[in-house]
Amino acid sequence: MDDTGSFAGPGPDFVHAEALKEGRFIIQECASCGNHVFMPRILCPHCGGARLKWTPIEGHGKVYSTTVVRRKSEQGGDYNVSLIDLQEGVRLMSRVEEIEPAAVRIGMDVRARIVETTSGNVLTFVPA
Amino acid sequence: MFRKLRGAAAIVGVGLSGLPSAPERTAMEILAEAVHRALDDAGLKLGDIDGLFTGSSYHFLPSLSVAEYLGLKPKFQDTTMVGGSSFVGHLLNAALALHAGLCDVALICYGSNQGSGFGKLKTMSEAQPYEVPYEPRYPISSYALAAARHMHEYGTRREDLAEVAVAARKWAQLNPLAIKRDPLIVEDVLKARMISDPLGLLDCCLVSDGGGAVILVRRERANDFPKAPVFVLGCAGATTHRQIACMPSLTSTAAADSGPRAFEMAGLRPSDIDVVELYDAFTINTVLFLEDLGFCEKGEGGFFVRDGWIAPGGALPVNTNGGGLSCCHPGMYGIFTVIEAAQQLRGECGDRQVTGARTAVAHGNGGVLSSQVTSILGTADTL
Repeated sequence: MDDTGSFAGPGPDFVHAEALKEGRFIIQECASCGNHVFMPRILCPHCGGARLKWTPIEGHGKVYSTTVVRRKSEQGGDYNVSLIDLQEGVRLMSRVEEIEPAAVRIGMDVRARIVETTSGNVLTFVPA
Repeated sequence: MFRKLRGAAAIVGVGLSGLPSAPERTAMEILAEAVHRALDDAGLKLGDIDGLFTGSSYHFLPSLSVAEYLGLKPKFQDTTMVGGSSFVGHLLNAALALHAGLCDVALICYGSNQGSGFGKLKTMSEAQPYEVPYEPRYPISSYALAAARHMHEYGTRREDLAEVAVAARKWAQLNPLAIKRDPLIVEDVLKARMISDPLGLLDCCLVSDGGGAVILVRRERANDFPKAPVFVLGCAGATTHRQIACMPSLTSTAAADSGPRAFEMAGLRPSDIDVVELYDAFTINTVLFLEDLGFCEKGEGGFFVRDGWIAPGGALPVNTNGGGLSCCHPGMYGIFTVIEAAQQLRGECGDRQVTGARTAVAHGNGGVLSSQVTSILGTADTL
């Protein structure tokens, strides 16, 4: 939203998705209260502010919680699902790769990367 | 102002159906049977109902489908959808509508055939776009993340979570309607197939058929019915998120908000409560809700449930029907906490009856720990 209170152009979900397609993971920063925001929104959930600016993530995070989803090996085997607290102060769901799913630990420092999958670019993490 | 609602409405009829299973029946048929039983229990007729409160995993317009099927013409209807907690929340909305004179006889009802009809969770829940790429198993992975975090922060053990399942099973063994009644020990739970660490198969609720119905009237009419009335002393809901990444703390649920407000309305404290019915979709739920509702300190839930403390003969009777873990879990379980609490307060629970129970908590959970609704029920002498 601009300073006049009007919306123009594509919504933040679309903008976020387009950036991800280009290999950039962007989140929002509220111009009113300074908090970072994810998932993308029109209004800041912290203060209601309508001026949310895009910013790329630095890529530093910490595992807030983690689980191993058990899956038959013929279907691809077990995989990790984690919640990552980014240094910017937002939490998102992702997975930690290049390590056994069960070896992921709460509190572990992780680094973001974007990987190409059959369903498009995805943000994942590796141990820092 | 909200204290005026204390005791404004009373449950005068309850009905269960579809337990342990109801093969070759639709969700609506199971719901209708529960309504029939609740009406019979209250000595009322279908035509007496003029307030309808319902929710569904099958019907997009649930109150319209139910009203059509039952031939109701409700003056007031409410389909507030907060997952499995909806039907506990309907107690508050029904009390409001009755108190305001918008209706005279309120029906809360639910039915599901997902045990025999689907064999897995039936849900209208839409995928969460920012979760989809990571394939969390819905809903268990979200609860598993909460359990892992609770274990990390407070040293809660898988054995403690298993104690929750074992206590539920011991209660179920006293309930002829419960689905799972075979013996269960902690080792069985620990050895069960892992689904989403740290939650294994026996940390998960059942997937079953089942229906429930509850009928309420205004306080002034509460004594005009065959069974002892059960009064809604307090009720409050709260929400923190829809998807698990947006939950502010995975070890503190919105029950820490809904609980105190429900207790304030009721003018009671946790130590005043005789019997506790908590929505146990997974073993971690019971631990979290015991803490958040104030039955123990935050972080002590794992310790609290040890040594049969919440099992038959323990200090605090919790989930006396066997809960979602061992009694039934037809997709959305909230109404069963209300029905079991009401039956306990009427003193009609047979082998599992908590002697002299006068006050009860029936607590609903919805989504992935997203919505919490706490109700406090009491006998006439608690008014």
